[in-house]
Amino acid sequence: MSAIREGTRQVMAWLHGWTGLALGWVLFVMCLAGTMSVFKPEISRWMRPEATASAGRVEAIAAATNWLATNAPKSTGWYLTAPDDRANNVEATYDTGGDYVARALDPVSGAPVARETLGGEFFYRLHFELELPYPWGRWLASIAALTMLTALVTGIIAHRRIFRDFFTFRPSKGQRSWLDGHNALGVLAMPFHLMITFSGLLTLASLNMPWGIVANYGNDLAAAYHDLTPGAVDRPAAGRPATLAPIAPMLREAERRFGGASFSRVSIANPGDAASVVTVYRSDAAQIGATVAEVSFDGPSGRVIGAWAETRPAVGTYAVIYGLHMGRFANGVLRWLYFLGGAMLTLAVASGMILWVVKRRERAPLSFGNGIVERLNVGILAGVPIGFAAFLCANRLLPPGLIDRAQLEVTIALDAAGIALLVALAVAPRLGWPLLLGVLALLCLAAPIVGNGLTYLAQALARGDFVLPVTDALLVAVAVAALVGVRTVTRRRSDTRRTMRGRAMA
Amino acid sequence: MGARAAERRGWRYRGNVAARVLAGSLGAYGVAACLAMAVARLGGGGRIDGVIAGTLCAYLVVPAVAVWAFLARGPWRAWGGVAVLAAVFAALAWMIGPPAR
Repeated sequence: MSAIREGTRQVMAWLHGWTGLALGWVLFVMCLAGTMSVFKPEISRWMRPEATASAGRVEAIAAATNWLATNAPKSTGWYLTAPDDRANNVEATYDTGGDYVARALDPVSGAPVARETLGGEFFYRLHFELELPYPWGRWLASIAALTMLTALVTGIIAHRRIFRDFFTFRPSKGQRSWLDGHNALGVLAMPFHLMITFSGLLTLASLNMPWGIVANYGNDLAAAYHDLTPGAVDRPAAGRPATLAPIAPMLREAERRFGGASFSRVSIANPGDAASVVTVYRSDAAQIGATVAEVSFDGPSGRVIGAWAETRPAVGTYAVIYGLHMGRFANGVLRWLYFLGGAMLTLAVASGMILWVVKRRERAPLSFGNGIVERLNVGILAGVPIGFAAFLCANRLLPPGLIDRAQLEVTIALDAAGIALLVALAVAPRLGWPLLLGVLALLCLAAPIVGNGLTYLAQALARGDFVLPVTDALLVAVAVAALVGVRTVTRRRSDTRRTMRGRAMA
Repeated sequence: MGARAAERRGWRYRGNVAARVLAGSLGAYGVAACLAMAVARLGGGGRIDGVIAGTLCAYLVVPAVAVWAFLARGPWRAWGGVAVLAAVFAALAWMIGPPAR
């Protein structure tokens, strides 16, 4: 007999378990960071509590380019994202003769805001780059996503009663409860899980599935890129200095050509050069598909030198699937549904990892390997949120104006998660769980308070700005959930102790 | 139960699992890559339209082949299925040839 297990469902359940175990911890990081990225602009605002100035998008971009013209004139490119109804600062990436830096620029003065931080960009990058050097992080994320696709499909096939699992939850029954919870989280948001995994793979397609390009273009990547975005104007630098024409008229002209739709991004190639190119992109916040529409201007004169609006069906399909993953079109209730779907997927991954251990422990004492799995579960499932919470606390506690401040926040986040992981490996899980969940609760309660947090809260409420208060409330909610976790773990332990003592007396 | 547990520890069983893991991962990716190439060249419209269609199909075939690799009656059949699919798609791509231009 050469089947791995008897029966299709058994084989699928076996495969579901092992695929989940193989990349579950990576998937947990990706799902959690991705879920938080739904609110990327809002997290950035929470992390820059003093930078509350606001201006119209045209004025803000004009201020930014004025500041950059004096402070980064020799740059090879300025890449700017305009403020909108969610973000109030200009997000800028530029170089000053060396590496590229990312800064939030004040929409009125155009200068970088004092509290230098990656903000929500940290979670967004972590989601698909995993703090690993290019291209390894993206490769690992791609492999994890492909594994997840297989895990989802095998999970569905392994299932006996999809519909009944909608309504099944048997609490406080060990393995049964974890299984019911895992099934409910997986089944209730199944369409979201499939959509987000599939579309996520597509966002890294040029890396993880380049074979179509190879078949049709061979080594000529530039030709493929040109066919994908035929409107892109790529002009080499002339080597002669020149100044940019005023940018506001270009922005207005672009919006006129977009049929009144607002622009969102502006890129300025070789800004101090006679052959500089200003390209203005339409915002995709008002449509599902991230379809490209762009207008390019000759920098020194401000004349239009290229315009392109994507209408091809195949590229449009790609753009819709890409846009579905980014979810930038989702506003109001839909945005919270994205967040909920992501949270359910994160919890499905976490409960699946715990289920692996619980299931084996109820059958027999854990093997050495599964003991390591149990400790890694504590270290990752509690340690990664601890890293995130430490990131937020560091943001409040590190003084503004510190050199390399943004990088220091990231270092603190990674160190906190690393220490939590080491602690989890060192101590028994029955101590590790309450200890790390307790630390998580403390950090989540500290983040809204430390470093003048309550002043920022009062100021935000006075302005009628709800981003900061709602973020604070979510942090408190996570703290409460972590404390409930602590209580559950410790109570279960004293219960078992009592039963054992009872048995000993009888 | 004891007999089956023993069966699951033997080298035959481990080889069986290893062969299927390779078929379901690298094999599945290979089939997907060949399918992406075939569909890219088959796809009507411009060169880029085929690339997009091929890439979308490729992602769908990965979990399908992975499931097949573990449900096939034996590891040889699992690899046979992977090899036949990859060969068919690769041959298709090769016969159509790269698009003009």
